[in-house]
Amino acid sequence: MAQQLRPSKPADKQSKIDWSRRQEAENFAETVKLFRQGKIDPDMFRRFRLQHGAYGTRMTDDYAMVRIKVPAGQVYPNQLEKIAQLSEMYSIGSAHFSTRENIQLHWVILEDVSEIMQSLSDVGMTSREACGNTVRNVMCSPMSGVCKDEIFDTTPYALAIARFMLRNPICQGLPRKFKFNFTCCEKHGMIRIVDVGLLPQIQEIDGEKRKGFKIFLGGGLGNRSFVGHQLEDFTPVEDLLYTSMAVIRIFDRMGDRKNLSRNRMRYLVNDLGWEKFQNLVLKERAVVKATQSVIVKLNIDDSVNEIQRPISVNDESASVPDGYARWEKTNVEKQSQSGFNSVFIGLEAGDITANQLRSVAEIIRDYSAEGFARNGFSQNIVIRYVHDDDLKSMYSRLIENGLAKTGSLTMASAVGCSGTTSCNLALTNSHRLAKEVQRKFLELNYDEDDDLKDSTIKISGCPNSCGQHQIATIGFYGGGGRHGTDMFPNYTMSLGGKFDEDAMLGHHTARVPVKRIIPVILKIIELFKENKQSDDTLAKWIDRVVSGNESSKITGVDDIKKAIAPLIVPPNVEDEPDFYMDYGSDTNYHTVTGKGECAA
Amino acid sequence: MCCMIDSDIPIINSKLLREKIQENSIRIVDVRREQEYQQGHITNAVNLPLAKLLADDSSESIQKIAQDLGISDETPTVIYDDTFGALSSRVVWALQYIGHEDVKLLDVTFSQWKDLGYEISTEVPEIETATHSVKINPEIMATAEYLEKVKENKNVVIIDNRERLNYLEQHIPGAINIPYRTLATDGKILRTKEGMKTLLKNRGISEDAEIITYCGSVGTLSGLAYYALKSIGVPNVKLYVHSFKEWKSLEKPIDKQENANYWDLSAE
Repeated sequence: MAQQLRPSKPADKQSKIDWSRRQEAENFAETVKLFRQGKIDPDMFRRFRLQHGAYGTRMTDDYAMVRIKVPAGQVYPNQLEKIAQLSEMYSIGSAHFSTRENIQLHWVILEDVSEIMQSLSDVGMTSREACGNTVRNVMCSPMSGVCKDEIFDTTPYALAIARFMLRNPICQGLPRKFKFNFTCCEKHGMIRIVDVGLLPQIQEIDGEKRKGFKIFLGGGLGNRSFVGHQLEDFTPVEDLLYTSMAVIRIFDRMGDRKNLSRNRMRYLVNDLGWEKFQNLVLKERAVVKATQSVIVKLNIDDSVNEIQRPISVNDESASVPDGYARWEKTNVEKQSQSGFNSVFIGLEAGDITANQLRSVAEIIRDYSAEGFARNGFSQNIVIRYVHDDDLKSMYSRLIENGLAKTGSLTMASAVGCSGTTSCNLALTNSHRLAKEVQRKFLELNYDEDDDLKDSTIKISGCPNSCGQHQIATIGFYGGGGRHGTDMFPNYTMSLGGKFDEDAMLGHHTARVPVKRIIPVILKIIELFKENKQSDDTLAKWIDRVVSGNESSKITGVDDIKKAIAPLIVPPNVEDEPDFYMDYGSDTNYHTVTGKGECAA
Repeated sequence: MCCMIDSDIPIINSKLLREKIQENSIRIVDVRREQEYQQGHITNAVNLPLAKLLADDSSESIQKIAQDLGISDETPTVIYDDTFGALSSRVVWALQYIGHEDVKLLDVTFSQWKDLGYEISTEVPEIETATHSVKINPEIMATAEYLEKVKENKNVVIIDNRERLNYLEQHIPGAINIPYRTLATDGKILRTKEGMKTLLKNRGISEDAEIITYCGSVGTLSGLAYYALKSIGVPNVKLYVHSFKEWKSLEKPIDKQENANYWDLSAE
């Protein structure tokens, strides 16, 4: 490995914002006690628990999952080290990076949650309002501030909205959860599949360049998914808070509080019709502006981040480690700042060990000129501002710590929700399946295939959408299938989902037994290779197939169905017992679910 | 003989130990492997590789070990390891079992001691054999038979100190899980007294309960828990020395967290 000489490490950067409130930990401990003594109604306790970021765990009341919010995905080395320690003390020795930039600790004993909250306060973090009917973690593209296509950096606005909404009385009892996503550009953020999605814009008004947004409302994935609508041409930054408040007020007033399965804002938008909803928002915004007794403003800190390359003297004689070219090709993006790169660290379905978390913290200190990391949208971590000259040495460090998995920016990095590893609602082990798919792709070197680069695979363990399967090129959600009297895990496959400016939900194509998913994916890739045009990609090809615009041998979804039909026929249980078992299980499959908490 | 170590302090502070080293009035025992010991140890420390103790943990054997290390009934003794205190607590327990009273853990590991820049040496001190009596202390020992008999008792709390995933997969019915990592704090092998009390309070464990700790096989991780509990003044703590390995081999009942694939959440 390259020798690092570091005469003076810059001081450790720490979060400027303290999201925690220390007394909440003690209050939580007391409330758990009262609940255990039967002095608090279980439903009330559940709402309280969720409000504080402790989610229920599969088939048990003894454990919780603690969801730590990471607003705008900005996470600091000391925070990662703290989470490493907490995962060993109170969880399973691994932590999980979610698709919404949270970091989760699973299988935590409910009585220990308060100790975690207490320790999170030491590093300025909170789990408050990470679950429940609240404004959830405010996301921001991990490329915001470094993206080549961005108009301006929305990170300060994402942080300001997160600050404004956290513990805000109006956000404590919404009809249902509420999600904000900020992005840098259409490609890097998922702004059309959330309640409020924001894309930066600049408009010239009276000869003056003004910052603002395109705001998309009422999108969301779930049992029924919708793509968001654009509110107006341009919303100036001064109107960001008023617009957000107007939308939340309308949702709070008119959202469905009775029908648990239809109470996300997207249903309200759908029921009213977009035009009516749009008018309501615009009117409400005028009211919000006109009736405020004091001027309320977002606290926007747009001071420039200090960029200081950690002092390093690379050993020029060190050899380039094996696999560097492949890793660089599939994990590194050039930034708009010349000489700097954003390095994507891929994790299998978002899981990382305590020791790896500590290594990531050290690597951030040693290589990132901004001194912190960003959580990605695909269960990954992004270390930015890595200098061109430091990439090889950083790669060596990542290899040493098992963090140099290739294909982070490619189809190989499959997303999988937690599934039956911890979730009450799950029907299948989607988590392990995502890991299996990824391993297969890397084994076949598919991460290096440019034709596959812009495609995605996303897997949910039930028809809800934590795995975001609807926006994947190839998406799956879990369920049960039956052959005679024998059950097997059976996924519904959708094709052609997209989340960019042409956002589209995937097209349901077939039901695929779990142990046939890898063969079916490989078959689809094979069909594509046989029928593709010269400059084609799998995503483009599937797009043409699902929209009936493909003119090769495969003209539509039906042809794909025909081609995979022989693969998905269930064998007899005696001939292939493994077919009837889910991944990670050595007994025959049967569906077991508990009560979901999304609606609590 | 006057007690050289303040008995109100459960574990010995590394700074205090440095003073005692000068006085050469205590016995310091390094329980790492012989080879590691030879490469450098705390000045004046003698070596007792844990394996030697485990090879035969009859009271006669423990007595002989103590005598050979120059530990008499009155010798203040301090134990350390480089394994977050787990190995040394098992030795503390063994000495307490034969009736030795003045034995404590060092509050840091050997690595931390070294990092602090404190004295280490490769010199092996000369040992003058001592005489140690055997006054068995039965109330700190639990056997499988005993555990099975009392595990339903209301006042008995069984604590499994293995990692969470091992516990979820299988454990003694009724046991609760406090992974050994929960016992430590930043840079010290044990939590503060206050921190330990908070943990018990949150978990609803009464300090008046009879607590039995166990772990995977030889009572090291659970030895640390035993020591942690004793050190905050919990009066009735027992170590199930042969732990889960024996429990399983005796085909005693086992509980498991069903219908969840928690192992697949681990990145190991």
